[in-house]
Amino acid sequence: MGCICTDGNREMQIDLAPLEQILAGYAREERWLIPILQDAQDVYGYLPFEVLQAIARHVQVSFSKVYGVVTFYTQFHLKPRGRNVIKVCTGTACHVRGGGEVLAALEEALRIKAGETTPDLEFTLETVACLGACGLAPVIMVNEDTHGRVNPDSIKAILDSYRKTAPREVAAV
Amino acid sequence: MSAVAELRELGNRLRQQFSQNGRSKPRIIVGMGTCGIAAGAREVFQAIIQEVENRRLDVVVGQTGCIGMCQKEPLLDVQLPGGPRVTYGNVAVKDVPRIIASHVLNGKIVADLAVAYFADGGFHLEGIPSYDQLDFFKKQHRIALANCGHIDPESIDDYIAAGGYAACAKVLTEMTPEEVIAEVKEAGLRGRGGAGFPTGLKWELTRGTPSDKKYVICNADEGDPGAFMDRSILEGDPHRVIEGMIIGGYAIGASEGYIYVRAEYPLAIKRLEIALRQARERGFLGSSIFGSGFNFDLQIKKGAGAFVCGEETALMASIEGRRGMPRPKPPFPSVSGLWGKPTNINNVETLANVAEIIRRGAGEFNRIGTEGSTGTKVFALTGKIANTGLVEVPMGSSLREVIYEIGGGLPSGAELKAVQIGGPSGGCIPAHLLDLPIDYASLQEVGAMMGSGGMVVMDQATCMVDVARFFLRFTQSESCGKCTPCREGTKRMLEILDRICSKQGREGDLELLQELGEHIQDTSLCQLGASAPNPVLSTLQYFREEYEAHIRDKRCPANVCAGMRAPFEVDLAACIGCGLCARLCPVGAVSGERRKPHRIDAELCISCGACAEKCPVRAIAQGA
Repeated sequence: MGCICTDGNREMQIDLAPLEQILAGYAREERWLIPILQDAQDVYGYLPFEVLQAIARHVQVSFSKVYGVVTFYTQFHLKPRGRNVIKVCTGTACHVRGGGEVLAALEEALRIKAGETTPDLEFTLETVACLGACGLAPVIMVNEDTHGRVNPDSIKAILDSYRKTAPREVAAV
Repeated sequence: MSAVAELRELGNRLRQQFSQNGRSKPRIIVGMGTCGIAAGAREVFQAIIQEVENRRLDVVVGQTGCIGMCQKEPLLDVQLPGGPRVTYGNVAVKDVPRIIASHVLNGKIVADLAVAYFADGGFHLEGIPSYDQLDFFKKQHRIALANCGHIDPESIDDYIAAGGYAACAKVLTEMTPEEVIAEVKEAGLRGRGGAGFPTGLKWELTRGTPSDKKYVICNADEGDPGAFMDRSILEGDPHRVIEGMIIGGYAIGASEGYIYVRAEYPLAIKRLEIALRQARERGFLGSSIFGSGFNFDLQIKKGAGAFVCGEETALMASIEGRRGMPRPKPPFPSVSGLWGKPTNINNVETLANVAEIIRRGAGEFNRIGTEGSTGTKVFALTGKIANTGLVEVPMGSSLREVIYEIGGGLPSGAELKAVQIGGPSGGCIPAHLLDLPIDYASLQEVGAMMGSGGMVVMDQATCMVDVARFFLRFTQSESCGKCTPCREGTKRMLEILDRICSKQGREGDLELLQELGEHIQDTSLCQLGASAPNPVLSTLQYFREEYEAHIRDKRCPANVCAGMRAPFEVDLAACIGCGLCARLCPVGAVSGERRKPHRIDAELCISCGACAEKCPVRAIAQGA
């Protein structure tokens, strides 16, 4: 995770009103930090910089301590995550059958690199070691669905099926 | 009337109301633990509600926790007024109308779906075993799990009818804290979370530290992969844990307590919240409980996804709102714990035993199990075993009893290779030690550990190096990074294992693993680090030849590690030359003319198995 100060997301306007409501329910003590972070993430989906600052002020703890807590626990995210999480298999069988090209095609189609999330928060792209479906290589997984024998040309239809408005036409294999 | 007598009478009255003969309406009860729900219990529950509404039936539809038979989920019980409670297993939505039409309406048990019935009340059914007759239950002795799968976890009356809160009433009105501690000490209860520290002694130490404020904490941060007994207890019988905490609080002189539950257990949290509210309404939590002058209340704290928070000092740091990092001990929590105050931390299963000790008396309790390890232990039985599930057995039972008599052995054809006990802090016990009694000392002797009670059965298709690597990767990624042996040492060990599993193993690696492992055991700050090498060291001890095969022959005997599996071979006599395998092979290792037997180039084959899976005549198999 990079330095939060240069995070591009800072440019987004964060509405702090829901946070104020959360904070009103907690005493200004360090012991409430984690419950507050949990509630805030429930509302915002992740923990934006401004939110963390306001929380630090509320519990009267330095920002760096709050940042330390947030990065310590795996439950907390500093960057927004997509509504859909795509996992691209990079195992041996997928690799030799063009998994690399599939990943490249996904990165191009979504205009993000592996490990990143699209600005519209629709997709997060990740790689995994092996999904254990080598017979269907190359394989990608979107949320809970496994898609086998994908190629750079079939990517678009799969992505479209997960976009908010489009109906889910592509059957998962 | 005294509090104890009052509670006993309430229990009796409820029991009578609930007793097999006393219910006036048919009951349909669905097992609604997390595992049951994952298997489809919610859909079954909805279908029952629908069917009941459609037919305008006057029945009670209820829920219960997990009885431990994961294999048979979703489970559904039917009990007619004056009749036995019959359990149906693997119930699908489509079975619901049939069960209701036959059993609920006509009193005819659906024999092909019935699993067992509860024999209490003197019932006897032909053709269906009672629970006591099932192999899975015959050798079990249920204390912590006694109510799981029986009572409605969201009903405090159900718990009281089963004798609940009577121990708490007795303790608060008739016993001094010292007497309570003496009773728990005599019972010989030891911590069920892993290390096995004597519970009574822990209470005594906390009581003995003078302070204006003390705390009790229930450690429900169950994070071991393969262990889920704490979740099951909290989901199936939350009041039992609360009662244990009230008794513990009274014994040490605490007025406040915390239940630290992982956020990944939302159902357990929900049921605990309900239970806490009910206990407060009844006055079992709050001020002057049972008129004793003893004040006590509990709060739930949700974890945020850090395995290390199962370590007590890390857990307390997390409750305080900080990073969950352990600190050196001493001072122990009993002297300086939460916010520097004396604190007593017990695991869920430990606390679930407390009320029973008071109820039965220490003398009854310590008769169960062995001398050094009294009572029972719950194990989560998983892996290559016929009956997966949660089982509670007397300490000192042998692995063989648990795996073969209760668990039904391995599925046909599979041969037992090892049993992994204690998750990432435990070890692998080889097949030849199957008669080992399960108690704290015996497990430690063979390099394993009671741990939280995960028990994974492994067959010959399991690579022990890969298993060791799996657990080490887990602890490595969960290492908090505070102390060097754990942070750096486990990383180096993992690098060596990664090397061994990818054809890069070298002479001297095993000696290095051993040395590193022993240093990490000796020098880590907390038990996460100190026990992290256990899976590696125990497999090195018992399966060294498997490591050597990886290093010297670049071969994985179990055909698991990529690049070291035996190549696939074509049975030339059976091959019809259809060419499907050649088209499927991702690396072009198959060659052959159409309608003539094909061959697989062993050098090129990556052993992915795509060819064997699709071969229409099953002519392809993995070589030895």
